[in-house]
Amino acid sequence: MTKHFKTLKHNIWLPYQYAVGPVFNRFYEGLKEEKIWANQCPACSKMLVPPRSFCPHCSVDMGEWVEAAQEGKIVTWMTANEPFFGQPVQPPLIGALIHLDGTDCNFLHLVGGLDLNDSAALKEKIKAGTRVRAVWRAEKKGEMLDIMYFQPIS
Amino acid sequence: MARAVAIIGVGQTKHGRRNEVTYPDMVREAVQAVFAETGLDPKDIDGIVCGTMPSMMEGVALTHFYFADALGAVGKPMMKTETCGTTGMSLAHTGYYWVASGMADLVLVVGSEKMYEGDSQATMSTVMEPFYLRPFLTGAPGVFSIQAQQWMARYKIPEEKSREAAAKISVDHHRDAHDNPYAHIKVDLTLEDVKNSRVINYPIRFWDVCPNSDGACAVIFASEDQAKKMSLKPAWVKGLGFCGDEYWYGDSDKVAWQCAMIAAKQAYDLAGISNPRRELNVAEIYNPFTWIEMLHYECFGFSEPGRACDDVLKGVFARGGELPCDPSGGVLCTNPIGATALIRVAETALQVTGQAGAHQIEGAKLGLAHGLGGVSQFNGLMILGSEL
Repeated sequence: MTKHFKTLKHNIWLPYQYAVGPVFNRFYEGLKEEKIWANQCPACSKMLVPPRSFCPHCSVDMGEWVEAAQEGKIVTWMTANEPFFGQPVQPPLIGALIHLDGTDCNFLHLVGGLDLNDSAALKEKIKAGTRVRAVWRAEKKGEMLDIMYFQPIS
Repeated sequence: MARAVAIIGVGQTKHGRRNEVTYPDMVREAVQAVFAETGLDPKDIDGIVCGTMPSMMEGVALTHFYFADALGAVGKPMMKTETCGTTGMSLAHTGYYWVASGMADLVLVVGSEKMYEGDSQATMSTVMEPFYLRPFLTGAPGVFSIQAQQWMARYKIPEEKSREAAAKISVDHHRDAHDNPYAHIKVDLTLEDVKNSRVINYPIRFWDVCPNSDGACAVIFASEDQAKKMSLKPAWVKGLGFCGDEYWYGDSDKVAWQCAMIAAKQAYDLAGISNPRRELNVAEIYNPFTWIEMLHYECFGFSEPGRACDDVLKGVFARGGELPCDPSGGVLCTNPIGATALIRVAETALQVTGQAGAHQIEGAKLGLAHGLGGVSQFNGLMILGSEL
């Protein structure tokens, strides 16, 4: 006979309102204009995207703002086939680190614009080194998903 | 190193779905086990260290208040340490520091998690901030899939070879877990079972992934005087290391993985280890995913860069191999996260003192325990030996 143990069901729902700060505010405003802003560390000269208030390597305030390229290459990627709590994009999806031309770190976003259900075809089309370009959604909200995804350039 | 420190006893709960007990009672089970093992009782303990994953996992904020009675902490100093998956290793380090400093002689260290009571992957997603990372990394599997693919691409490892090696790791660990009385998932699998299981995040499939577990682990750290006074088999702390990367996932190289390599070097330097593959007798690697275990073999100097798959397929890290890794079945079979890295420490202590029972590695004298945490951001290690 299976034992059943009593459990107490309880839900917690907490609303949050996060301060965006001036750096991400400017970055998000740029997304509305189809611009991907980066900024440069005056000490190590690294061009970082998204931009930062300070360099995580050198701990100094970041310097010049530069518009990053909207093209780059896939460094690594994964597919998600299962829904995860709170994810704004429903699976299947491809998360990828993308090296945007002229920057010195990898940018995390989605790869899309191709049939995500055909895994054999995906492996042919998506590899480390595959060139991709940002595809923008029509209605901008000033958030990460104003870039819908990066699409392989054929 | 500061004052010599030993582990004089470990206690684990049965790990698995533990709906029959409340969370504090499960914590008490591990505490009672370590007291039974050592013959000590709460009045002997100078201080208590405990930790878990983020509060969202438990639905109770700051669980050290909730667990204080179960830990025997009333009237004593208590510290909580929390570093995501690395929590168990940070707990061990905290206990070590407390004794090594001379401020305590006997410290009780306890890690715990009750993952079936909440939504573990939702909790993992909250480790990422909502500004940038959270929409794109789906819980822990997403993070580790992307890292595994980067490793394969960097060293041009054929997918079939890495798939075969990862499957062997899964088959070996799930079989080894039969010999560990505390392990959660014990199952006989074939390579084909693993390779044909459903894809969670490509290339990671169901049997490449650790489970949710409920469970707790307790370890007592002692000063040299106390350890020598008692008729127990001490596991001496020979070295430790801990290192972190930048927070944002794209800012650091996760293949030639600096925080893993630096943490290992710190621990090896303290322990006087120059050739870890030859000098270590056993390692308990934090292996929530099969591919990540192989990546660590390279970062820790067990394998040449890009060659871990070859070594796995040759059986180097299997029981009976040159350097057996995770003879307990590892994280892949048992994963109450706040306890998981502390279980690596406890298992290594059992191995180097010859007390691991059916999964004992014959003659093990020097072992490595490991913890990994955050969005692949932290690595921590502890080297334990049978001799001071």
